[in-house]
Amino acid sequence: MTTQQPAVLKNLDEVRAMIRRHKLNDYIFSIIGLIALMVGLLTLLTLFLDLVIDGYTRFNYEFLTNFPSRRAGSAGLLTAWVGSLLVMTVTFVTAVPLGVAAGVYLEEYAPKNWFTDLIEINVTNLAGVPSIIYGLLALGLFVYILDLGQSILTAGLTLALLILPVVIVSTRESIRAIPVSIREGAYAVGATKWQVVSDHILHYSFGGILTGIIIGMARALGETAPVITIGALTFIAFLPPAPITAEPPFLNFEWLEAGFTVLPIQMFNWLSRPDHAFHVNAAATGAIIIMVTLLMNGTAIWLRYRIRKNIKW
Amino acid sequence: MSMATEVLNTPLELRISDRLAKNFRRHFKERVIEFILMLAALSAVATTVGIVAILLYESAGFFAHVSIVDFLTDTQWTPLFEDAHYGILPLVMGTLVTSGIALMVAIPLGTIAAIYLSEFASHRVREICKPILELLVGVPTVVFGYFALLFVTPLLQIIFPELPGFNMLGPGIVMGIMIIPYISSMAEDAMRAVPMSMREGSYAMGATRFQTAVRVVAPAATSGIIAAYILGISRAVGETMVVAIAAGQQPTMTINPMEGAATITAYIVQVAMGDLPHGSIGYQSIFAAGLVLAFMTLFFNLLGHLARKKYREAY
Repeated sequence: MTTQQPAVLKNLDEVRAMIRRHKLNDYIFSIIGLIALMVGLLTLLTLFLDLVIDGYTRFNYEFLTNFPSRRAGSAGLLTAWVGSLLVMTVTFVTAVPLGVAAGVYLEEYAPKNWFTDLIEINVTNLAGVPSIIYGLLALGLFVYILDLGQSILTAGLTLALLILPVVIVSTRESIRAIPVSIREGAYAVGATKWQVVSDHILHYSFGGILTGIIIGMARALGETAPVITIGALTFIAFLPPAPITAEPPFLNFEWLEAGFTVLPIQMFNWLSRPDHAFHVNAAATGAIIIMVTLLMNGTAIWLRYRIRKNIKW
Repeated sequence: MSMATEVLNTPLELRISDRLAKNFRRHFKERVIEFILMLAALSAVATTVGIVAILLYESAGFFAHVSIVDFLTDTQWTPLFEDAHYGILPLVMGTLVTSGIALMVAIPLGTIAAIYLSEFASHRVREICKPILELLVGVPTVVFGYFALLFVTPLLQIIFPELPGFNMLGPGIVMGIMIIPYISSMAEDAMRAVPMSMREGSYAMGATRFQTAVRVVAPAATSGIIAAYILGISRAVGETMVVAIAAGQQPTMTINPMEGAATITAYIVQVAMGDLPHGSIGYQSIFAAGLVLAFMTLFFNLLGHLARKKYREAY
C-alpha cells in the first residue's frame, strides 16, 4: 500500500534539495576563490623558480665582481650593483626628508583650505602617473634644462620623485594613527608645535614611516623604465669615482655626475640580446633583484604587522 | 646663587621682556619650520607642474612639424624612417590590445579573489594571502618581462604553434596577473565597506554566503569595484617593461593578439635606448607619445576617482 505523501513534506524534500544545492554552490565558489588567489602565489613561485633554474650557473663570486663583457660567460654585475647602490643613496637622501616633511606638514600643520586640497589631490594623482612619464620629466628637466646630464644624480632624483607619494602617504597614515591625547599632553606642558612633532609624533610614527620608506626604496631598486628614459648607459666598463677618498676632505662628490647603469637595466640589456648565453645572465640578475626586493617588501610587511599587533594606545 | 633667587632678584619688567623675547624667538623658529615643511609639501605640486610643462613644451616642438590631424588619423608610426609617418594610432592600438588582454585576465580573477577574501575567507587565510598579494605588487616589472618572453610565450607556443616569439598575448596575460592584486585589494576594500546589517538581513532571509556576496554585497559595492577596474586599466596602460621586452617593438596597426606590436610606452623606451640628439623630431616624438599616454591615464584616474567618491558617499 502506498501512502500519498503530504504536499508539505514533498515540498520539504524539495527545500532540502535546494539547500543542498546552494550549499554546494558555496563550497564550489570557495574553491574557485582559493584557486583565483593561488594564481598570484603560483605565478610568484614559478617566476622565482624559473629565474633560479635558468640562472643558477652564474651564481658565483665572479658574477658580482666582473665588469660587463662581450662574452656572456665572463660578464659580471659589478657596475650594475654599484650603480644601483649609488642611485639608491641619492634617492634615499632626497625622498626621505622631502616625503616625511610633506607628510608631517599635511597631517599636522596644513590648514583646511583649497591650497591644502590642491596639494592632496596632487599627491594622489602622482601615485597614479605611469613611471615612464617621470622618466620623460627627468629627461626634459634634469638632463637638458638643468643640465645634470645622464648621471647618477639625475637618476636618483627621478626615482626620488617617483617614490615620494609612497613616503608621503605612509607618513600621513602612521601620523594619523596617533591619538590626539598625545599631542594634547605635550601642548599642556608648554611644547611648541615643532617640539610636539619632533619629540612625539615622529617618534611614535617611526615604524610606520620606515615601512613606507622600505617599500618605496624596493620600488626604486626595481624600477627600469624611467631610468632607461633618461638614457642610462647599458654597457659601462668603469666604476664611478669612489665617494670616500684617503685625503681630506675624505668625501668626493664627483660620482654624482658619473655615467652609470643599474641592475634592472643590465638585466634588460642582456635580455634584449638574441644570444641565449646572455639570457642566463639576465635570469641570474633577475633572481638577485627579486630576492632583494622581496626581502625588502617582506621586511616592510612584517614590520607593519608587528606595529599593528604591538601598539595599543 | 641659585637660579630661582636670580630670577626673583631681577625686576619684574625685565623678566617679562625676557620671556617675550624668548617667545618671539620660539615663534619665529616655529614659523620658519612650518614654511620649510610647506615647501616640501609643495614639491608634489611642483612635480605635477613640471610633468605638464615638459610634456607640453616638447610636444609643441613636435606639433610644429606634424599636424595634429595627421598625428591622430595616420595609421603608420615611423618617425625614425626616411619616409616618416607620425600616426599615433598603431601605438594606441597596441596599448589597448595588451591592456585589454590584461583586463580579461585580471578582472575575473581579481573580482573572484576579492569576493573570496571579503566574504568567504577565514581570518587566518586572509592574514596569509593578503601579504602574499602585496609581495606580488613589489616584483619589479623587468622580471615579469623576462617571465613573459622566456616562460609564458614558449608555454603558449605549445598550444598555438604558429605564435611568434614576440606577441601581445603573452605579455598581456602576464600584465593581467600583475594587476590582479591592485584590483582585488581595492574591490575587497569596497566590499568590506558594505555595512554588516545588509549581510545580516540577507542571511536572515535564508540566503547562502554565495547568494549574499553576489546579490547583496557586490551590487552595493558596485562603484567601488568599478573604481578598482578603472585603476587596473590605468596601470595596464602605463605599464612599460613587460610589453617593451616581450611584445616586440614594431608599431603595427593590428588587433590580433597573436602578432607583435609596440605600445606607447614601448616606443618611448625604444627611442630612449638609442641616443637621439636633443631637439630632433625623434626626440620630440617621445614627448608627444608621452602626452597621449598621460591623457589616457589621467582620464582613467579621474574616472576611477569619481567612481570611488560615489561609493564613499553611498553609506
